[in-house]
Amino acid sequence: MSGGKEHVEIPYQTKFGMVINLDKCTGCGACMVACMAENNVPVRYDESDKLRSITWMRVYKLTNGKPFPETDVCWLPRPCMHCEGNPAHGFSPCVSVCPAVATDYSRQTGIVSQIYTRCFGCRYCMGACPYKARYFNWWDPKWPDGMKQYLSPDVSCRMRGIVEKCSFCFHRYQRAMDKSFYQASQGGREDTRLLEEEYQTACAQACPAGAITFGDLLNPEHTVYKLIHATYKDKAFRILEKTLGTRPKVYYVSSKDWVEAAADNHTKKVAKAAPGGH
Amino acid sequence: MSGQEHQHKDAPGNGGKGSLLALVLFWGCAGIYASLFMGWLVFPKLLYSEQNQPVDFSHAIHSDAAGMACEDCHFYREDGSYLGAPALEKCAECHTDVQTAEPVAADYTDAKEYRRKKARYDAEVLLVNEYVAKEKEIPWLVYSRQPDCVFFSHIAHTSPEAGAMECKECHGPVEEADTLPVYKENRITGYSIDIWGRNISGVKHNSWDSMKMDDCANCHKERKEDLKGMREPCFVCHK
Repeated sequence: MSGGKEHVEIPYQTKFGMVINLDKCTGCGACMVACMAENNVPVRYDESDKLRSITWMRVYKLTNGKPFPETDVCWLPRPCMHCEGNPAHGFSPCVSVCPAVATDYSRQTGIVSQIYTRCFGCRYCMGACPYKARYFNWWDPKWPDGMKQYLSPDVSCRMRGIVEKCSFCFHRYQRAMDKSFYQASQGGREDTRLLEEEYQTACAQACPAGAITFGDLLNPEHTVYKLIHATYKDKAFRILEKTLGTRPKVYYVSSKDWVEAAADNHTKKVAKAAPGGH
Repeated sequence: MSGQEHQHKDAPGNGGKGSLLALVLFWGCAGIYASLFMGWLVFPKLLYSEQNQPVDFSHAIHSDAAGMACEDCHFYREDGSYLGAPALEKCAECHTDVQTAEPVAADYTDAKEYRRKKARYDAEVLLVNEYVAKEKEIPWLVYSRQPDCVFFSHIAHTSPEAGAMECKECHGPVEEADTLPVYKENRITGYSIDIWGRNISGVKHNSWDSMKMDDCANCHKERKEDLKGMREPCFVCHK
């Protein structure tokens, strides 16, 4: 991703992103549950087989790999990072390799989309994604009795043979924009850009510890902007950003040095994700 | 060349070969015409089931005589979502009783005009007696129901801050329509013919003749300047 052509700066209107404070995360998994319910993620017959679970938002357990008493643990929620990558090279790793334009980069919101009806399941994007944020549907979804009634009509269900991933709850953005346009057409609003509380992802709202903050990274009124540019100015880090230059829009904050070092563990072998977690 | 010469030598009097050619031509053409007939006329007829709407609503009366605008019935909710066809409550605001007098045949010199008036009167009687009096919602058949993977927002098209379009630009002169079109449903997909376009050949004279994905995409491309040169990702309309 690095080198070659220079970065092309995009005239964004809005650019949505996330700041996750790992010190606050308790690893409860509420974000995962909220995400699955919100986005019609199918439940498998045996959900204890975590290798095959589809988890748009996944909480990983990190350990520093040291023996007692220095043992330390950190939980790391991982949504899709919505990488900006290098626009000259086709944006994020997944967008640059998709042969069907089933996944695309939005220059209005900075969100990486996935169009299920366009995807034909080559899984090239899954190989390209360094965050393992993409999942393949090996089976058609089967909903337990009565669960179809809980499906959200805003999100279409995925069929066998295609790839899916986190969309930053894009359908909520669409709904919020509808309301914004309505208010503007009624004269009750001048700026159609969304306020922070008008568009939040399901995981950010579900987090009981308030570890996940979501908003517009370009809007100084939004908390994420303040966190990145003031509160955690030099502390916020992004996973594999230094190694790969993917320019993710999900920022992490941790008071533990080994966690930050682990975020780029291709360069420094400090710690690695231990098996387990959710 | 040598093949043709060979044929000439082999054809005494040329009659047998000529009639064979005519026969092949005739059946060839007949076959093509039969296929076209099947494909363009018979198959589409078989493919779509036809249903009339439960009440034959007249947009013309409501816009002309009652002086109503599109937004009086088809409005937005406060969250920006589009109402579509209004609930019975809206009809009942005016139609608690039958408002028009029953037309008498003797008053009309034109039989066609009488039948039109009578049909309108019958439709109102049906509305009042069957639905308003019984407080039963009208089971409208929705022409525009989209597949599950499609996201469409009316406000994003009509709001001055967004598309700034008129209803007419996509829907045509609906306010002049005296009857509702027959609802034709594709027997295989279950979707209305209106999302494909009623003209089976795909010839389009007006923007409202068909609303397929390409029709949407063409307009979105034309308005590219509004987007300051930005390409729109698929999920503006797909979900």
